[in-house]
Amino acid sequence: MKEIAIDVTGLTKSFGTRTVVHDLSLQVPKGEIYGFLGPNGSGKTTTLRMLCGLLTPDSGRGTCLGYDILTESDEIKRKVGYMTQRFSLYTDLSIRENLEFVARVYGVPDPRQAAREAIGRLGLSTRTDQLAGELSGGWKQRLALGACILPQPKLLLLDEPTAGVDPKARREFWDEIHNLAAEGITVLVSTHYMDEAERCHEIAYIAFGELLAKGTAREVVDQSKLSTWIVSGADLHRLAAKLETCDGIDMVAPFGTELHVSGRNKRALDAAIASAKKADGAHRWTRGEPSLEDVFILLMDKSKDNFA
Amino acid sequence: MSAAAYHDIEGERRDPGFLRRTWAMVVKEFVQMRRDRMTFATMIFVPVLQLTLFGYAINTDPKHMPAVVLTRDSGPLTRAVLAALENTDYFDFKEQVRDPEEMDRLIRSGKVQFGIEIPASFERDVRRGDRPAILVIADATDPVATGTAISAVQGVVDTALRRELRGPDAEVKSAPAPFEVTLQRRYNPEGITQYNIVPGLLGVVLTMTMMMFTALAVTREIERGTMESLLSMPIKPIEIMIGKIAPFVLIGFVQMTIIISAAHFVFGVPILGSVTLLVALSTLFAASNLAVGYTFSTVAQNQLQAVQMTFFFFLPNFLLSGFAFPFRGMPHWAQAIGEVLPLTHFIRIVRGIMLKGNGFADMQIDAAALLIFMVVAMGLALLRFRRTLD
Repeated sequence: MKEIAIDVTGLTKSFGTRTVVHDLSLQVPKGEIYGFLGPNGSGKTTTLRMLCGLLTPDSGRGTCLGYDILTESDEIKRKVGYMTQRFSLYTDLSIRENLEFVARVYGVPDPRQAAREAIGRLGLSTRTDQLAGELSGGWKQRLALGACILPQPKLLLLDEPTAGVDPKARREFWDEIHNLAAEGITVLVSTHYMDEAERCHEIAYIAFGELLAKGTAREVVDQSKLSTWIVSGADLHRLAAKLETCDGIDMVAPFGTELHVSGRNKRALDAAIASAKKADGAHRWTRGEPSLEDVFILLMDKSKDNFA
Repeated sequence: MSAAAYHDIEGERRDPGFLRRTWAMVVKEFVQMRRDRMTFATMIFVPVLQLTLFGYAINTDPKHMPAVVLTRDSGPLTRAVLAALENTDYFDFKEQVRDPEEMDRLIRSGKVQFGIEIPASFERDVRRGDRPAILVIADATDPVATGTAISAVQGVVDTALRRELRGPDAEVKSAPAPFEVTLQRRYNPEGITQYNIVPGLLGVVLTMTMMMFTALAVTREIERGTMESLLSMPIKPIEIMIGKIAPFVLIGFVQMTIIISAAHFVFGVPILGSVTLLVALSTLFAASNLAVGYTFSTVAQNQLQAVQMTFFFFLPNFLLSGFAFPFRGMPHWAQAIGEVLPLTHFIRIVRGIMLKGNGFADMQIDAAALLIFMVVAMGLALLRFRRTLD
């Protein structure tokens, strides 16, 4: 049995009449990279904030690193690094000044040295005195991560850390996260990117405040019982419009020059595809694998139905 | 809508022209104005506040100023003189004092504006034609406040005495005046306006700048999004507050040095009391304004609101503290408001130390008021400061 870093049950949070997170339970093993996925406004940020003591849950309970999230948020704050979605270091302080501030607040011995080391690790040694606000998006994210890990937290909560960052910077960012996990740090990271989800040890999918699926990427796809056909050829736009209305087809999504046609019921989907194929000779039809994205979009549609 | 349909419409779209574009801007501005309640309140509240204060509270010819009397003679002539003085409406006799020391103390502490002393055997000396002297002591730190009252004293007392002295004493009337009025304009004998304005300016400058600095302190963190990460760090609200206030105490210190030096060396304002005490109490005043600003900052939604709040606070401080207009000249309700404003107490302190040479004992109440103000403001700020984003 692996050690558990985050263990919460029944977390619920409302703002006014709107329930943002509803009865959410989550167990994250120590040293794992746990991906937190879901559409905008699904409650990911709210959940992360509840975990690090920035928001008080209306109900539910649990622990973070063994500390009660309701009563021991001071301890949690000392051991958790929270990286906000929006860049939240001081743009009018230099890189060094920002890191020294963080080091001092966390009581790191010799803050100057700690900041210097962090700058070295980030590869920013030549730009020590540049203002944080002048950095490009990718560097800002790296700096923010550097500030988060400077006090040597045991748990990292990263809220869409790579939003708006170019692919190369994203790749490097994830390599860094994997290095941290290898050192035993637990990482809970929210993201919209499917490729990032696949780089997580485990993922949880949340929509409209409800946890809809969790497990490894493979497990989530399998659990969905989704089957997919891939169509290629000309004039996919018109075909897609036609297929969307067929019984047995739950989702049609264009992927470049291909169309992903998916359904929850394999038999019904195959029947629908067979009749569509008969009526149409111009396209190439092959059985495919549902992607994580297909699964998530389907989950989202399903949950919308539930809420309607 | 399909792409093709969209393009069809665009083909027909004409240049909307100057008026339509301007109108679009006007509509947008009105919508935003309505959303911003604080600005809306400013538009209504500021004119009302200014009208009330300037219209009702301010009076450059103050009447009913508190005065004490020291009478060493209790004859009908003395009563006539006092009655005549009170009839001018300039004086409001608070009490009889028994000795000159008590009178001095009351004037020095600013509790009363005037002290009037009627000498022993006043009546007898008048009837004898010895021309005794009535002593009128005025606290002239604010020359505007006392000026008209002083000029009224001479003539009024004169007529009162002439009415009283009839019959056998009538011949006394033939003399130029049966008595003298000795006037003592204390603390500012030449009635120099700068003596009054420049020390007060110290308070005004400190109020304006200190409050503005900290008022932006918390709202700026919220607006820039840095509050979220600050709150996720292991730092306590009181640590944030003290950390944000402390640097400005130092700035206030620099401002004090500049203003006090300029007051003394450029404008020639005397510093009769202790400079150390002045600086110590100015620091207390700066800190209480910083605390008020910080409190605003925990209440305001954004930086604009914080600035508007400091303006709301500054306006009555400026007008009702006795800086711009004589405190005693204001109606009682305005004086009551003035009493709860920190600048009022600081102006008494700074004028007291510089012009009157007051020591701490004379200003305990004002110093205590500043301290209470600071503690209450800080307490409110800590209560208002939200440790979470709930």
